[in-house]
Amino acid sequence: MRRIQVLVCSGTACQSSGGERVKKALLEATAARDLLPEVQFVETGCMGPCELGPVVLVYPEGTFYVRVRPEDAAEIVEEHFLKGRPLKRLLWAGAAPQPQEIPFFARQKKVVLANCGVIDPERIEEYIALGGYEALGRALTGMTPAEVIAQVQRSGLRGRGGAGFPTGKKWELVRAGGPPPRFVVCNADEGDPGAFMDRAILEGDPHAVLEGMAIAAYAVGAAQGFVYVRAEYPLAIRRLEVALAQARKLGLLGPRIFDTDFSFDVEIRIGAGAFVCGEETALIASIEGRRGEPRPRPPYPATCGLWGRPTLINNVETFANVRHILLGGPEAFASLGTEKSKGTKVFALAGNVRNTGLVEVPMGITLRELVFDIGGGVPEGREFKAVQIGGPSGGCLPASLLDVPVDYDSLTQHGAIMGSGGLIVLDSSTCMVNMARFFLEFTADESCGKCVPCRVGTQMMLGILDRIVKGEGSPEDLLRLEEIGAMMKAASLCGLGQTAPNPVLSTLRYFRDEYEAHIARRSCPAGVCPNLVRYVVVPEACRSCDACRRACPTGAAQGEPRKGPYRIVDELCIRCGACFDACPFGAVRKLPREEAR
Amino acid sequence: MISLRIDDTPVQAEPGETILQAARRAGIRIPTLCFLESLSPRGACRICLVEIRNWNGRLVPACATPAQEGLDVVAHSDRLTALRRTILELLFAERNHICAFCVSSGHCELQDLATELGMDHVTFPYRFPALSVDLSHPKFGLDPNRCVLCGRCVRACAEVEGAFTWGFSGRGVGTLVEPDLGGPWAKSPTCTGCGKCVQACPVGALFEKGKATSEQVKRPEILAEVTERRPRA
Repeated sequence: MRRIQVLVCSGTACQSSGGERVKKALLEATAARDLLPEVQFVETGCMGPCELGPVVLVYPEGTFYVRVRPEDAAEIVEEHFLKGRPLKRLLWAGAAPQPQEIPFFARQKKVVLANCGVIDPERIEEYIALGGYEALGRALTGMTPAEVIAQVQRSGLRGRGGAGFPTGKKWELVRAGGPPPRFVVCNADEGDPGAFMDRAILEGDPHAVLEGMAIAAYAVGAAQGFVYVRAEYPLAIRRLEVALAQARKLGLLGPRIFDTDFSFDVEIRIGAGAFVCGEETALIASIEGRRGEPRPRPPYPATCGLWGRPTLINNVETFANVRHILLGGPEAFASLGTEKSKGTKVFALAGNVRNTGLVEVPMGITLRELVFDIGGGVPEGREFKAVQIGGPSGGCLPASLLDVPVDYDSLTQHGAIMGSGGLIVLDSSTCMVNMARFFLEFTADESCGKCVPCRVGTQMMLGILDRIVKGEGSPEDLLRLEEIGAMMKAASLCGLGQTAPNPVLSTLRYFRDEYEAHIARRSCPAGVCPNLVRYVVVPEACRSCDACRRACPTGAAQGEPRKGPYRIVDELCIRCGACFDACPFGAVRKLPREEAR
Repeated sequence: MISLRIDDTPVQAEPGETILQAARRAGIRIPTLCFLESLSPRGACRICLVEIRNWNGRLVPACATPAQEGLDVVAHSDRLTALRRTILELLFAERNHICAFCVSSGHCELQDLATELGMDHVTFPYRFPALSVDLSHPKFGLDPNRCVLCGRCVRACAEVEGAFTWGFSGRGVGTLVEPDLGGPWAKSPTCTGCGKCVQACPVGALFEKGKATSEQVKRPEILAEVTERRPRA
């Protein structure tokens, strides 16, 4: 009789912090106590709080352990498994034992992620036990394709890849897009820096995506599907392969599913590392074996997609939503969210926030709730500055907009976008100019080079930003950035170029003073841009250990061991930061330069 | 027939025709660069962008956008001229387009566009990349410093000659047109030496050896002529 169930997170984040070793140590410790017949171990997908990994959840009582190390295994087995006492020191903040008591979990609403971190993603039986493939069965045996489309339309589901196109509408367009063969494609080429929603879903609940694809295929009349997933997601690819094999074995994919006339199968296509292949027409070109380049639309993939056939392309999270619409009904689905944005959205919280990780919230929640209640706010001693939503295509929203509801239209209205769900929290230690430059460098590097506005425009904007962060900018540069940005938005071929200026334009809108400080005073207010800071020694903290003087290559750090605080001579300083890195007491500080030149 | 309006003139188009084809038949000139008659449209250079009033002022490439019933197209406006000029400036700033030293000066489509659109100076900093020239081929030369990445050579080679010698390598501003998977042109196992790519090139990136500037007049129209004369099954 199994009396204890141990869920070990095996998402990419927990694996990289040692989750596998923890599981192995727990198994060994359990075996050493002869408890193996009583304890069941399950490897699950992502549970969410990636920052605190590796995480382990112990049932029946649901004790949530964080930052578990292999050395803790013996104690967990001894104290908890044998004696029934949860190990206090491994609990979240040393206090709350159950996930539902932790604000990080309590404020979330898990629909898409309901199975993530609960089931073993490599066992189809666990998915089926929780209602898996029931929605597909209902659709195939009791609904016409038109009825399925109508339900998806009534649910108000919009594309989770970022642009927010109504999903039911898209399905209808594909069905009417021309005679078969038609195709269904799952876009899993998640490439925004700091975003890992789709990876977590594929790793934690791959069948939900496959079931959504099968339902969509039935609705639009397709017999063949493709998952286009990036090569950087080896674990997601492996779990997809396992899921495909298991679904085929049980007849949930392949010929005559549920003994109906409907046949559908899915193949995996692995991307070769180009960000632009997340754009649907470039993705199609890549699947067809051509260079991953977008092409002008119209015609849209709904009428002219893969090999010129009508093709439905939805994102991972969109497909994962579908079964919930059929199971709970479109009205129940639409009861969550706002008037124009229904359901939930998964976000990858990253950056200067305490609880980084994967969260799912109802649409319409405010940024404040997301960042502070769920994310736990910024680390101590810092000040919240902005959230960057939507990655390289998105924008920055300042503290004054923290009460903006998170839905497609509100975010767009304020210069950001919903995007695929990357949400990076920035605090007072972030330079907004440098941040905008980072994203632009990314898009300039990822531009495919097909159209002139994006290929050359990103380079020109990057050149200006390079000068500004070096302290060589001029006031006209800001107007120039806005001009080039507006031109790229209007004239670029695909979404990459059309949105690439957004990080710059939105920071110019809300943090123009920081740009002006870089230009007019040659000072970086956040103390980040190397040329625009000065290094100073805080006398009270200095123990005159000589480390900075030894590290300094130019003799700017001066002083004598044990003879009072050191100092850094600004005229000699080349701002390499060696003293900053060398100081063991944090006595060297980076401050914004003050003098005008 | 499809009815649409271009610059407030009623225009008719056959189903399957593009906005550019409809405009040309109606005698409305829309400037182009990467477009070449008889090759598939690429929509890459963005010179032929037109504004669709009833699509919220969205800009689309005339060469690649199908004509649709009721479209209200603006092909000429101050906004579009300024945009086309900016795009030309970006092209001139991207690589080394120095007319005085170019075999195509005087019969170069990039130069002609600058004249037509009144682009008389470049306000962006020149990037001055140093790209190596391929003079290995006995008859032709490739100077990527003058290339605008329009892909006309790539399409001419694939779609008309059927050799698929040319292709793009790299990406972004580092994109290059290269024979096969790179390497000197003379060593290409697929090149037939037909020279269609040279005739298709709108600038001096692909040129004939041993010809002076005045003799270097290209005939891009031969691609359409060759295609037209082909026997059809």
